[in-house]
Amino acid sequence: MAAPPASARSEILSRIRSSLGRTNATGEPAGLPPARIRIPDVPLETRIGKFTAALQKLSGKVYRASSREDARAYVENLLHGRSAVTSNAPFLAECGVHSIAGVRPGGADREALREMCASLDAGITSADYALADTGSLVMISSHEEARLVSLLPPLHIALVPLERMLTGLDELYTLIPVPSDRSSSMVLITGPSRTADIEQILIRGVHGPGEIHVVLV
Amino acid sequence: MNPIPVEAIQTTLGDARLQSAIYSSTARLMDKRAHAIDPEEIDDFQGLRTQANAIKRHAIDNLDYYLEQLEQNVIARGGQVVWCRDAKEAVDFVARISKEKGVKRIVKSKSMTTEEIDLNEHLEHGHIDVVETDLGEYILQLAHEKPYHIVAPALHKTRYDVADIFTETLHVPREEEPERQTQIARRVLREKFLTAELGITGANFLIADSGAAVVIENEGNARLSSSAPRIQIAIAGLEKVIPRAQDLATFLKVLGRSATGQPLTVYTSFLSGPRRPGEIDGPEEFYLVLIDNGRTRLLADEHKRQSLYCIRCGACLNHCPVYRKIGGHNYPWVYSGPIGAIISPQFHGVTKDPWLPFASSLCGACAEVCPVKIDIPKVLLELRSDISLAKRREGAGKWERLAFRVFSYVMRRPKLYEMGASMASAVFPGSQGKWLRSLPRLMQAPPIRGWLSKRDLPPPAERSFRALWRERQRAKGGN
Repeated sequence: MAAPPASARSEILSRIRSSLGRTNATGEPAGLPPARIRIPDVPLETRIGKFTAALQKLSGKVYRASSREDARAYVENLLHGRSAVTSNAPFLAECGVHSIAGVRPGGADREALREMCASLDAGITSADYALADTGSLVMISSHEEARLVSLLPPLHIALVPLERMLTGLDELYTLIPVPSDRSSSMVLITGPSRTADIEQILIRGVHGPGEIHVVLV
Repeated sequence: MNPIPVEAIQTTLGDARLQSAIYSSTARLMDKRAHAIDPEEIDDFQGLRTQANAIKRHAIDNLDYYLEQLEQNVIARGGQVVWCRDAKEAVDFVARISKEKGVKRIVKSKSMTTEEIDLNEHLEHGHIDVVETDLGEYILQLAHEKPYHIVAPALHKTRYDVADIFTETLHVPREEEPERQTQIARRVLREKFLTAELGITGANFLIADSGAAVVIENEGNARLSSSAPRIQIAIAGLEKVIPRAQDLATFLKVLGRSATGQPLTVYTSFLSGPRRPGEIDGPEEFYLVLIDNGRTRLLADEHKRQSLYCIRCGACLNHCPVYRKIGGHNYPWVYSGPIGAIISPQFHGVTKDPWLPFASSLCGACAEVCPVKIDIPKVLLELRSDISLAKRREGAGKWERLAFRVFSYVMRRPKLYEMGASMASAVFPGSQGKWLRSLPRLMQAPPIRGWLSKRDLPPPAERSFRALWRERQRAKGGN
């Protein structure tokens, strides 16, 4: 291993303890304030309304599909012949997006998937949850959802079943108190990729997708 | 002891374009924050600040426990933790890993900690292509400059500066539209992302109960740095640890709002270990580099250790009347503004830049906006006191001490004070309505001239308040 000597670890820990006026390791410390978690009771319709308003404010598009067929039709119309790669989420297959011309399944081969994500026009995913307060999508990396599908293509389309709409962060971290028990990566996506690094002028689509469409089904 | 960089500051003050860039950018960030913390937008923002402060206090007061818990949980998820006493150990580790694994190219996302340890300069000496991928940082890397602001690193650059930098270094046709400039950077950097073997990110938070690094950003470059290359290294100061993932429900709500007025930044990545069996992509190796580099020294002072609560939102810079005039590059270290003024002296020792804690009007705006409630003005005062003590030990500052001793003696003796005041007003007969600087006699005395060169005062009144008060009381008694 290329790590610095183990003594760095023990030296840092002993520096900390002496700075804090202790000599040895203590057990679990007392006095940790309880986490501040407040989950309001919000009806689904209100949650959908909030999600839509929040994402639209960030120039994200939200479409409420009446059925899976309707969702598929929206995606087909949106792509309008452009190419796309999909994640392996079963919900996408249930909606029938793979039958749209130009849409290719991402599959489980890392290199092939990466190639597709780097060259195709759109990435189509589902999402584990959506957050109403902020208009966010919650993407947990797995065999169903690869990291790069929602990241490399310039257009991101997410098809999300309505029942996955949570109120916000508090509810998310209550449902998943230790995200790393489930995956190496949990990403919240809140609107299209953007920057304001040059003269504070807002520009979308820097490294991630500049356009994001969420289809609520 | 470095003196205050007067000339550099005067150059900044005299640069109208730069002044307007700093002023308008910080003003915009202040407006955005004010809007984002409005009760219409967020319920109980002050309660969130109080909670954030309580969690940070607890985490720092029990830092050893949470770091060990963090380490255990990183290892349990297949990652490795590398403890580094100083900048050199951290840089050496990255260099060694790069050599061992045959790394030719590194993509980096924005991280103040890697600026702190001068990572890029050191790696470039080792002939590794290290690429900053945050747009602002990329522009600065091409221009060989340090960040101007914790959150908005290229705040001082205009589109024309960027056009110059891109044409000269990337040899592309000149382009003055920020939209097109961004596309140029996207194209160049996309290629780097797809070919780099190693990705380096910072971390906004380290989560003890999950063994995770949390990275927030708007562009997607941190996601790419942590997802595309085969190896990921997250580099963070050891004070970044918080106990639980659930605490993010507090911290994420205050961080984005305080920094850029966003309820959440575009991407919030919760990263832990290499990709798991079954996951399609993600790194194969995951290292968390924990850096001390002076932090444990800072921990020793029970009151000043609150400086370690900082979550690097930059709100104190935007609201600081000093930062807004002198900008980011006149501070001695990568951390500028009020937070820089309290952490730099504690990292480097108070005698290195003794002027720094004095470069403040103590207006308190920084403390008012700090999302984790660091009492910056209080820490500045304590540092001033430390500096005076240090000067005394070195035998310096004798005249100043004598002056203050006389001042305090006089201030405690009302009769003496009054005598002094009437003498002072007698020195300036007929000067009422003028300012001290207009009195030639005074300007002949060099120490007074020096003091007055940046300030002015009206001369003492002919009749003091005390005298007026006594007259008034006498008149009342006469009625």
